[in-house]
Amino acid sequence: MSEPARGPVRDVAIVAFGQSEHVPDSAETSEVEMLMPVLHDVLARTGLKARDIDFTCSGSSDYLAGRAFSFTMALDGVGAWPPISESHVEMDGAWALYEAWVKILTGEADTALVYAYGKSSPGDLREVLTRQLDPYYVAPLWPDSVALAALQAQALIDAGHTDARELATIGAHRRGRPDAAPGRQVVGPLRTGDCPPVVDGAAAVVLAAGDTARRLADRPAWIRGLDHRIEAHALGVRDLTDSPSTRLAAEHAGAFDAPVDVAELHAPFTSQEVVLRRALRLDAPGSTVRINPSGGALAANPVMAAGLIRLGEAAAAVQRGDADRALAHATSGPCLQQNLVAVLEGER
Amino acid sequence: MSNAARAKEPVAVVGVGQTKHVAARRDVSIAGLVREAAQRALEDAELTWADIDAVVIGKAPDFFEGVMMPELYLADALGAVGKPMLRVHTAGSVGGSTALVATNLVAARVHRTVLTLAFEKQSESNAMWGLSLPVPFQQPLLAGAGGFFAPHVRAYMRRTGAPDAIGSLVAYKDRRNALKNPYAHLHEHDLTLEKVQSSPMLWDPIRYSETCPSSDGACAMVLTDRAGAARAPRPPAWVHGGAMRSEPTLFAGKDFVSPQAGKDCAADVYRQAGITDPRRQIDAVEMYVPFSWYEPMWLENLGFAAEGEGWKLTESGVTELGGDLPVNPSGGVLSTNPIGASGMIRFAEAALQVRGQAGDHQVDGARRALGHAYGGGAQFFAMWLVGSEAPAG
Amino acid sequence: MSEVLTAPLVVEFPFTRSLGPVQSAFLTGLRERTVLGVRARDGRVVVPPVEYDPVTADELRELVEVAPTGTVTTWAWNPSARRGQPLDTPFAWVLVRLDGADTALLHALDAPGPEAVRSGMRVRIRWAAERTGAITDIACFEPADDAAEQPHGRPHGGEFADPVTGITAPARLDYTYAPGRTQSRYIQGLAEHKTVGERCPACRKVYVPPRGACPTCGVATGEQVEVGPRGTVTTFCIVNIKARNLDIDVPYVYAHIALDGADLALHARIGGIPYDQVRMGLRVEPVWTEGARHPDHYRPTGEPDADYDSYKELI
Repeated sequence: MSEPARGPVRDVAIVAFGQSEHVPDSAETSEVEMLMPVLHDVLARTGLKARDIDFTCSGSSDYLAGRAFSFTMALDGVGAWPPISESHVEMDGAWALYEAWVKILTGEADTALVYAYGKSSPGDLREVLTRQLDPYYVAPLWPDSVALAALQAQALIDAGHTDARELATIGAHRRGRPDAAPGRQVVGPLRTGDCPPVVDGAAAVVLAAGDTARRLADRPAWIRGLDHRIEAHALGVRDLTDSPSTRLAAEHAGAFDAPVDVAELHAPFTSQEVVLRRALRLDAPGSTVRINPSGGALAANPVMAAGLIRLGEAAAAVQRGDADRALAHATSGPCLQQNLVAVLEGER
Repeated sequence: MSNAARAKEPVAVVGVGQTKHVAARRDVSIAGLVREAAQRALEDAELTWADIDAVVIGKAPDFFEGVMMPELYLADALGAVGKPMLRVHTAGSVGGSTALVATNLVAARVHRTVLTLAFEKQSESNAMWGLSLPVPFQQPLLAGAGGFFAPHVRAYMRRTGAPDAIGSLVAYKDRRNALKNPYAHLHEHDLTLEKVQSSPMLWDPIRYSETCPSSDGACAMVLTDRAGAARAPRPPAWVHGGAMRSEPTLFAGKDFVSPQAGKDCAADVYRQAGITDPRRQIDAVEMYVPFSWYEPMWLENLGFAAEGEGWKLTESGVTELGGDLPVNPSGGVLSTNPIGASGMIRFAEAALQVRGQAGDHQVDGARRALGHAYGGGAQFFAMWLVGSEAPAG
Repeated sequence: MSEVLTAPLVVEFPFTRSLGPVQSAFLTGLRERTVLGVRARDGRVVVPPVEYDPVTADELRELVEVAPTGTVTTWAWNPSARRGQPLDTPFAWVLVRLDGADTALLHALDAPGPEAVRSGMRVRIRWAAERTGAITDIACFEPADDAAEQPHGRPHGGEFADPVTGITAPARLDYTYAPGRTQSRYIQGLAEHKTVGERCPACRKVYVPPRGACPTCGVATGEQVEVGPRGTVTTFCIVNIKARNLDIDVPYVYAHIALDGADLALHARIGGIPYDQVRMGLRVEPVWTEGARHPDHYRPTGEPDADYDSYKELI
């Protein structure tokens, strides 16, 4: 790689976050009907109107919807008239936030609206996600997303990094039911308590630069670092007990420079939280970090929005004053193939 | 904008690579296809995989290849392991949007050297299947892709009084230009204007020869900062302006013939680039013309001609390779259409023109060129203006 | 009225995948009961063989034959097989490092129960009876406690008679499509042969069909407004080729029609008039057929054509 660039030139913050209720089945509402109230909510928190926003970016997936160009209809909820500066990633909304952050860093925008939505209920999510896999060697076997996570969990257990009891404890705590039983086996060793609920939902954040952010929020959550990295695709060439891409992203985001008060980890499976905590060194002796106070993806996992929600929840913790420094993480792909890390801070 | 700490980093295109676009690349995998374009872009820049800081990839709907978020599978082939990788999807404009997202990574000084790439391997499925997945309760699109656009062409003809033959002039010009471009899909050596004009009327007023093909292809560019450009072995193309604009798919008052988002996008790019008279100041245009009549329509939308006058530029030969505003010297989308890559090919061909690297379809002395892409229901626009000189300041 | 509609939506296609040289050699090899890997830059043998080095991104071409026996590196018990998976009885998903390989291959292991599976166990390939050159030529793995670890892989030219250069990968996904509240209302109106648009509370425009939001104002539409049934052809094309899956004789006219009272045009076929006599401004009305959800087509009303200025903003 060439020498590092000279670094971000502007301070950018998350100034507002909103999300829908996350429900198992949203047949009542179309995507835009689900999304629009969230957009209204997040804009209302800043006092901005849609037309005051300099840049809009969203994340969603056609494969969830079962329809090509599904994001074009969601744009109806934005009110893109007069025409707006707008883009879309076929990724979790966390990466839409990344694109918007870069746009603000260029100086071409002072504010950005980022949103993401996903309805998992129309299809069979475990089956749909098989279409992400190597189309020649793996996808023809239809290995579902729980099976792949279970392979990772077993590797962790074999390596002595966790056991079924710890996994059950994580699952129960994230759902706020510390005494809950781990449930039936889905794909062993994973039980229902280890797996994310399949839900539909939407989320949005507003980003703003410098003094604009200070004007729009009492306590903006400043993005001190933001980076993402990807790993090789084939599961068989990766060490599934580790997440080098998370560690690398965290290093580039400055996550290891100082302890964080809160960490919002996008770990759809209990075993993946173990991998992430190790990669991010959150279990160090004396650590006081609160992990996933929101419940994380184990409490609500609206696919394509769940990563953006981690950024939003971490920012909200800073904005509420519950944290001075928070880490947010988002993931994409089978067994944590791609990972994003952000470090957020309140004004010192 | 206020409180920008300092000006953006200037961004240069130092490498361009394309595959030879064809109906079906049966000799390569999806990874092999994208790799070929990326490798050529690296070779053009005389860089290696290790020199690339991040990868930005774009394509049209995942259903075309039947791979959900294919960037996950393509990470290895594009040397992205251990690096940031972004996947953009803005419908037909995606190739242009993808290049702009990559440009911003350098302009914002997040990265120094970025590989950007767009592709479509349409032979894995069938474009019309991918574009017209049935949606329950909705009336099926009764006419195919051409049928979506043909009524707008008729509206343009009614509004401007353009003669019926204009569309055939564009098709003939672009297909002749394609003969000078070794990467173009269609190479119709014995095409004549008469053959275009007598080709079957598919969606009246659009004839068969006035429609784009369905291609397998990929296009890649290496973008870098000022220091990277100084080390480049061949002349760079400098980004003088870039913008995206979107408007809703369907709305009361939408002008399908000349969408406001297209006008606004062009105006933003011209403002950034200091263009006040595009017709005189721009030397070559690579515009997204999937059906021939869109050339005169976009000439007006992009400010090269007054409203109602675009067809006159086409008719008088201004847009020919030897004219004073050559449009689609590469042969354009009418000759090559790997859907998700088509926008990036426009951007890359504009860059080749100002680098003086366009080979037989080089516009003599091109110093400023516009790359243009659009998609959806003529609602998403992405454009950039590149120049042979570094931007001022 | 408040009933929300749903309907099955099947997305299905037999994708045709060309392979390129490395994947072609591997899949052809499986057909011939030969397992190939590829040597990476760091010397590791990667099975199944990748085209590009996962570390250096170099193109890889040096093929190596490995054994059909190997060791489970991790596993997961699948108590209920799902559609398309290698076995239809309970089985274990396994990553297997074949003898001679340094990386693992994902597949199924046929085992009587989870107690019979562990990481580190020895397994061998069970070949499919009929092999075509696909990953499913490996039917699954089976336990092979007796299989001694085989020596390292040996070079292989990757050449076979009649190589497989492509695969067909059928994929079917089943969805339940729900158009949501607003479109459900619209569709229920159509059942009574009424076209009911919705008015934006901000800009007052009437949307037909309504989609839940006024796309220019970004607010919910609500007030229902019956429009039509008559309307004006704003523009059109004459379709001369048969569209996929449509049983309509060509040529026919596909038109944009602004229904009276609507602020944008919808799309429909025009009938009841020779195709070459359809024109912008033609006044039309819907023709319903028994049991159809949408009007079959629109036909001329016989009224005088609308003046261009009266509909030019709706084109």
